[in-house]
Amino acid sequence: MRSDAALFELEAPATLDAVLAQIAAEPGKFTAIAGGTELMVALGTGRLAQRSLLSIQHLNELRFIGVEDDAIHIGAGTTFTDIRRNAAIAENFPLLIQSASWTGSVANQNRGTLGGNICNASPAADTPPALLAYGATVTLISAIGKRSLPYSDFHLGYKRTALRPDELLHSISVPREFDGYRQYIRKVGTRNAQAISKVALACVARMEGDVIADIRIGAASLADRPVRCGAAEAALLGRRIDEAAIRAGRATLASEAKPIDDIRSTAMYRAAVAENLLEEFLRSLMI
Amino acid sequence: MANVKFNVNGCEKSIEVPPMKRLLDVLREDLHLTGTKEGCGEGECGACAVLLDGELVNSCLVPALQANGARLCTIEGVSTEGRLHPIQRCFLEKGGAQCGICTPGMILATHHLLDKYPEPTMEQIQEGLAGNLCRCTGYMRIFEAVQKAAAGGAR
Repeated sequence: MRSDAALFELEAPATLDAVLAQIAAEPGKFTAIAGGTELMVALGTGRLAQRSLLSIQHLNELRFIGVEDDAIHIGAGTTFTDIRRNAAIAENFPLLIQSASWTGSVANQNRGTLGGNICNASPAADTPPALLAYGATVTLISAIGKRSLPYSDFHLGYKRTALRPDELLHSISVPREFDGYRQYIRKVGTRNAQAISKVALACVARMEGDVIADIRIGAASLADRPVRCGAAEAALLGRRIDEAAIRAGRATLASEAKPIDDIRSTAMYRAAVAENLLEEFLRSLMI
Repeated sequence: MANVKFNVNGCEKSIEVPPMKRLLDVLREDLHLTGTKEGCGEGECGACAVLLDGELVNSCLVPALQANGARLCTIEGVSTEGRLHPIQRCFLEKGGAQCGICTPGMILATHHLLDKYPEPTMEQIQEGLAGNLCRCTGYMRIFEAVQKAAAGGAR
């Protein structure tokens, strides 16, 4: 049953400062709404609990892609379409482009934002595995200033994040340090377009000969939040890539994964597929 | 209530609506532009797709206030002076519509696709229309209609 729109308040303050002042005055009262591809679904199905919303969709201060020598900074209000159209992101972070391309349909990519995908904090969200593998940093902003933290510290639990009630996600910074890295991402769902992942894995690795000199693995739907698979990384780091390494990687990933049974899949299937995806990546490193 | 002004199909409109009212409902209920359809109401089916400042959006997911100042194009604005747009003609000629519920969204998604890719590959057509579900045609006739529209200089 659809909600009665008249029961909800929505304002669109003209500037980011005005939005921050308003949420600082009454912390926790307002929910920010950007492209609406998540919150409007909740409204349409009668599940939208928040009654007071502030639109940040029109704020160009949050919609930017800044390319610097050492990193690319992406404003939280940047749409998936903006990301897909950016040549510097395509050149440096193909996994981010790939995950943006399978985030909903073209119409949803035109509205949905990278910040929304992160702050909605679904464990199955499409872009977090790539951002985790790339070692992204998030910058949060409030009326009193900005603070930055590793993205891997942002998700605290199921739909829980490090955002304080007076804060917004400002930007996501991805270090440009993956020249020569092998990169891999794969999403397993019911169909290519629109489907929510059963499980997804993003991996980057740097090889020195046949030794894994660096490896980072990000995953969706393997836990109650998007996670970096630190144990599997540690089990593989510095190892020669061979059958024993693949077995160790699989076993460690299985031991650190905490997937669940739900309408889209089962915990057993998710763990098995995640191991297969990791093996697929590791075998690609042998070539 | 909020005052929302936008241009829809070339006409300036100014209306008083709840700011969180879905653009879909504003179009259908306040402006009586019922060509835009509601399918799933969750942004999955594309039946409610319209162009907002030239970008394809699902109008069921746009709060009215976020359309303030926008330029909108609905299916009613695609034809001119009672003459079908070439994309519409191609859908008609190729049998790209059966029950018709998905058709307004398909036409606008095609419009958006051909703006971006005047000569789309089959892969680009499939991706461009992946957010528009059709339960009748099996899609092949829709793809043929899009290809014909592209080949015939539909824009």
